[in-house]
This record gives sequence, C-alpha cells and structure tokens, in this order.
Amino acid sequence: MDSLVTHTNESALSPAGLPYRRIQPSRGWVSLKLRELWVYRELLYFLVWRDVKVRYKQTVLGASWAIIQPFMTMVVFSLFFGRLAQIPSDGVPYPIFSYAALVPWTFFANGVSQSANSLVSSAHILKKVYFPRLSIPLATVLAGGVDFVLAFVVLLGMMLFYGIMPTVNVIWLPLLVLLAFVTALGAGLWLAAMNVRFRDVRYIVPFLIQFWMFATPIAYPSTLIENPTLRALYGLNPMTGVVEGFRWALLNTDTAPGPTIFISALASVLLLISGAFYFRRMEKSFADVV
Amino acid sequence: MIAIHAEGLTKQYRIEARREKYATLRDTLVNTMSAPIKRLRAHSNGAHDNVVYALKDVSFEVKHGEVLGIIGRNGAGKSTLLKILSSITEPTAGYVDVYGRVGSLLEVGTGFHPELSGRENIYLNGAILGMRRAEIDRKFDEIVAFSEIEPFIETPVKHYSSGMYMRLAFAVAAHLEPEILIVDEVLAVGDAAFQQKCLGKMDDVAQKGRTVLFVSHNMTAMQTLCQRVMLLEKGRVVEDGDATTVIQRYLQSDARQGEMIFDDETVRTGGKTARFTAIRLMDEEGRPVSSVPMGKGLIVEMQFMSERRLSSPNFSVRLHSPLIGDIAAWRTQETHGAMPPVHSGGTVSLHIDDLNLMPGMYYLTLSLSDGNEQLDFIDTAVGFEITPWPIYSTGKLPSARRSIIFTRCSWQPAYT
Repeated sequence: MDSLVTHTNESALSPAGLPYRRIQPSRGWVSLKLRELWVYRELLYFLVWRDVKVRYKQTVLGASWAIIQPFMTMVVFSLFFGRLAQIPSDGVPYPIFSYAALVPWTFFANGVSQSANSLVSSAHILKKVYFPRLSIPLATVLAGGVDFVLAFVVLLGMMLFYGIMPTVNVIWLPLLVLLAFVTALGAGLWLAAMNVRFRDVRYIVPFLIQFWMFATPIAYPSTLIENPTLRALYGLNPMTGVVEGFRWALLNTDTAPGPTIFISALASVLLLISGAFYFRRMEKSFADVV
Repeated sequence: MIAIHAEGLTKQYRIEARREKYATLRDTLVNTMSAPIKRLRAHSNGAHDNVVYALKDVSFEVKHGEVLGIIGRNGAGKSTLLKILSSITEPTAGYVDVYGRVGSLLEVGTGFHPELSGRENIYLNGAILGMRRAEIDRKFDEIVAFSEIEPFIETPVKHYSSGMYMRLAFAVAAHLEPEILIVDEVLAVGDAAFQQKCLGKMDDVAQKGRTVLFVSHNMTAMQTLCQRVMLLEKGRVVEDGDATTVIQRYLQSDARQGEMIFDDETVRTGGKTARFTAIRLMDEEGRPVSSVPMGKGLIVEMQFMSERRLSSPNFSVRLHSPLIGDIAAWRTQETHGAMPPVHSGGTVSLHIDDLNLMPGMYYLTLSLSDGNEQLDFIDTAVGFEITPWPIYSTGKLPSARRSIIFTRCSWQPAYT
C-alpha cells in the first residue's frame, strides 16, 4: 500500500478496508487540504528537482545566470545611483550595499513572477492528472532557493573583498529569508490563481515587481524617507524588513529591524493565508478554464 | 462489492457567447474600449453565456474487479466523465462514491520534460501519476525492460523517436497499481507489436481483480478487454450492457454513411488553403449508396477546393474498420502517378474494383497534399456497410470469425 493515488484528506475506510470518498460539487470556501499536500510531499520534491535541473538547460552560461542577474543589476545601480546620483549607502561601499539587498530581492521577484505563471505553463498537467494544485506554485518558489544560495555565495565573496565581517545578528538571516519566501508565495498564489482566468496578469506582473522594487530600499537607504507617516506605511512592505535586515546582519549597518517588522511579518502571513484560500477556491475551475 | 457508484452526475460548461462582428471603425473602437468591462461583467453574472451540458444526469455502478468500457462519439462526454472520476474537474451536480484508490491515465507522458533523461522522467512522471519514490525504485528495472529503451535511458527524451517516447511513457503508466484504474485512449500508441503488449498488460491488470474504466475508439480492444460497455450520447447514458451487443448497436447507429458534406464544423487537420468539401459513395453504376454487397465495386467521389494552385496534388484514401484497424490505402502517387495540377478545385473519383471484405462497418479517411505538404486530413470521413452476398455457389458465407477478407476460389479434386 505504498502508492499515494488517493486523496486521503476526505477519505475514510469503507467496511472492506478500502479508502472511500465522495466526489461532489463544492460550495464557497474550501479547506486548504494541507494534509494532502503533506501526503504528496514527494511529488513536491520532484517538482522542485525538475525546476532546478531544467532551469538552465541549453543555456551557454548555465547556472551562472543565477549570479549574473543580481550582479549586473548591482553594477548598473552602482554606476547610476552610487556614482552619478551620489546616493548615500548607510556607510558601506555602494556596490555591496545594493548587492546585499539584490540577493533576497531577486529571490523574491523571480519567485513571484515564476509562480504567477506556473499554473498556466502547467496547463497540460492540470488537465490530465490530479494532485494538490498548491504544490505547483510552491515548488516554483522553492526552486528559486538554489539561485539564492549561489548569489549568496558571491555576496560572501564580496564581503571578503571589502573586508566586512558579518555580525552575530546573522543568526536572524534564516527568518528573514523565510519572510521573503512567505511574501513571494503569498503574492504568487494570488497571481497564479488569477492568471488562470485573466491572462492580463501576465502583463501586470512585470509592472507590479518594478513598482515593488522602488518601494523597497534596494537602490537607496530608507533613511532618505523622513516623513514619519510615510515611514510607517513603508514598514508594511515586508521586503523592506528583509532587505534592511540583510544589511544589518551582514554589513553591520544601522538598520536593525524595529517593531515594524512584526507588522510586516503579519502582513505577509495574511497575504499567504488569503492567497492560499483564494487559490483553493478557484482551484475547482482550473482544469476547465486554463 | 461496489467500486464506483455515480448518481445524477451532471457537468455544465459555460460557452461565452460569440461576440458580434464589428461593423465600423467607430464600433470597433467603442467595442475595444468597453470589452474588458463587458467581459468582467460576463464573468460575474454569466448572463450572455450559453450553457452546454457535457454530462447530464449520468448514473451507474461499477462492481469491484469489473472492466467497464465507455464508448461514444467525440463530444459525447466520455472524457468529462473520466475527468470527474479522477478529481481533475468537479461535477456541477450529482455525486460519485469511490471505493479504493484511483489512478488515472488520461494521457501517457503527462509531465514528461524533454530536457530530462529517460531515467529522470520515469521518476518525475511516476511521482506525478501518484507513485511513491520507493515504489518507483522497486519497479524501475521492470519499467525500463517493458519500454525496450534500455540503451537510451540516460539520453534526454527530446532525442527519442516518437515511438520510444510513447513506449517509455506507457511503461511508467502501466506500472501504476491503484484499485481503480481509469484509462483514456492510451492504447493507440506505438507499433502493432507494442500495442499487443499494452493490451496484454491491461488484461493482466484486469485479471488481478482491479477495477478498470476504459475509453477507446478501438473496438477490438474494447471487445477483448471489457465484458460490459456503456454507450454515451450527448452527455447521457443511452446503453449499458453486454460488450458485443452495445458495440454492434453503436457501429450501426453511426450516422456517417454514404454521403457527407464537410464544412467549418468538420473535425480535420489542416483545411486552410485547400480542403475537402464533400464525399459521396456510389456503386458501379454511379448510384449513391451507403452499403455495398460483398465483392462489388465502389466509387468514392471527393469534392475539394483550393485557394491556390497545387502543382503536384496527391490524394489519398485509407480504408479501416474499428474491429480490424487499417486495411488498405490508395494513394495517387503509388496507384496512379502524377495527377494534373489543381487550379481552384473540382472532384476526383477513386474507382475500387472489388471490395473483398467480410460484412460489417468500414470507414474511409481522406488526405490531400501538395508534394510533401499535407493540406487537409479528415479522419473517418465517411462510413459504409458491406452487406452479405452469395459469393459462392453454395450460397453460404465464410465464417466471419475466421476471416477478414474473402477471395474467389475454386477447388479441384484429383483423387486417386
């Protein structure tokens, strides 16, 4: 009995010892079926593994793209914002100031845009096989973790180059990565489910990410924003906490996450939970509409 | 013991009403501006949508260990039914009680990734179909052996021939072991030998007491595998019972007989610059017919049109039967030689001198090409019946069970 071709969450055992379940129309909001997602964890593993393996196939530069993307952005930022515009950088060299932010940001941005398209690009599977649909966007965001690790190694190299030692606060780093992950998945679930019905989403996502990037202190320090109400609002963006936390933990800047990080963590968890419920509600029509 | 119990299953789809044609540039602009709002509104209240029933009030029961065949024309609701049973889509009304784990095979090779090797795809596809990793590990060698692609197991599947790809895909699928297996038209892959192997595997599954629901257009496979067949028509169950009886009824009721007009609704591949517009079957005297006595001739007249000049047109007619498979093909390039160029269309007739076929239903598939470029292809374009005819002096017919063709013959006794 080691095949998982069943949907254990709703099933019970029939008198004959066989799993029993009833298929019928669902109404309104439905449960998240997290247990079923757990039962299918091996599939999730294989989907992540596939995404990682396939991502840079038939490219000349292969996995170095994971590094080139944030690195080149850092070079451009350093030239235009650092050199030409003379934007302050919290007392650390501008290149590492922006790169330390671009590493978690790239993970987040790719996670959002790839998961937004994940359902539509898996249309052929959605129409032919059943498994918990949540595993598709989830696997997409998780697979970005490999790129993150590669880009992070380069960040460590740059710190060595600039002679910057990380602080003990580095222990908070996993939590900051988790915050970026939760935010990316939350936004990704909303967008992926909407994209099935309204393909407009595909065109909205690049703008959304661009706006979000400028609303996050990546190319500039948040100290540039002086208006206190604006600053409070700014804290609602979970990525602000992530980016500033990265600089604080690794580069020892004076941007320790304050109490606002709890608000932004809350915002991000709400985004994830609402996204998951919206996704599950739309799920029943995926195979018919996609 | 019951495996599946369906009660009043209904599935309705909303087809968005076709948008009216734009009349003027002004209309076009106005419509373009207001379209998104209209469409949003249509999504929320569905006022302008047409409702189409893919399934209507379908009830049935399948016992544990039974092999149920489901037949019906395209669009009869077979695939929708299977999709509901495999949880891919939800019914609009009604319910199904399912006892046991369900494995579905609506298409082999679902989730195959061209860049990954055969080995990697076995794991990926296995996981997508619902196998656990340990289970795949255990069956891996068996799957590879079944697929006959051992030497290429580390090669990316994008370099596989379509036959190899299909064999690997089916091999993975065939090693699923749920209590209830749902299969849609996957036997139509590979060469005859491999198909035979697949049928054998399916039979094994059935012998092991598993419940199988099976959709196929291959009536031979249907007849061999299933004891019971259910016939769907326009989303309803119109017949349910003994396999042979239901299949015969279905073949006889098929309306595509004798003469057909092909229009925009015709299911075809191509048909853009050149297309068949009609087909008519006639007897040797040129009278329209829908049945031919054994051993008599048949004239197949095809009407076609072309929007451009075809310098080397090739016409092809293929004869097949759901019970036998392909029987004969007449291609102009082989049976006639070069045809005169086509300017805008016309008719072309194929005269078949004698059809030495046993009584039953037969079908023709048409294809039109220019050089090597296929322009139009209509699968199962028309059907006709071969009727019994006293071909031998005894007035008796050869046994239908032992023959698919007959030939005229004579016996010469020379005893000592």
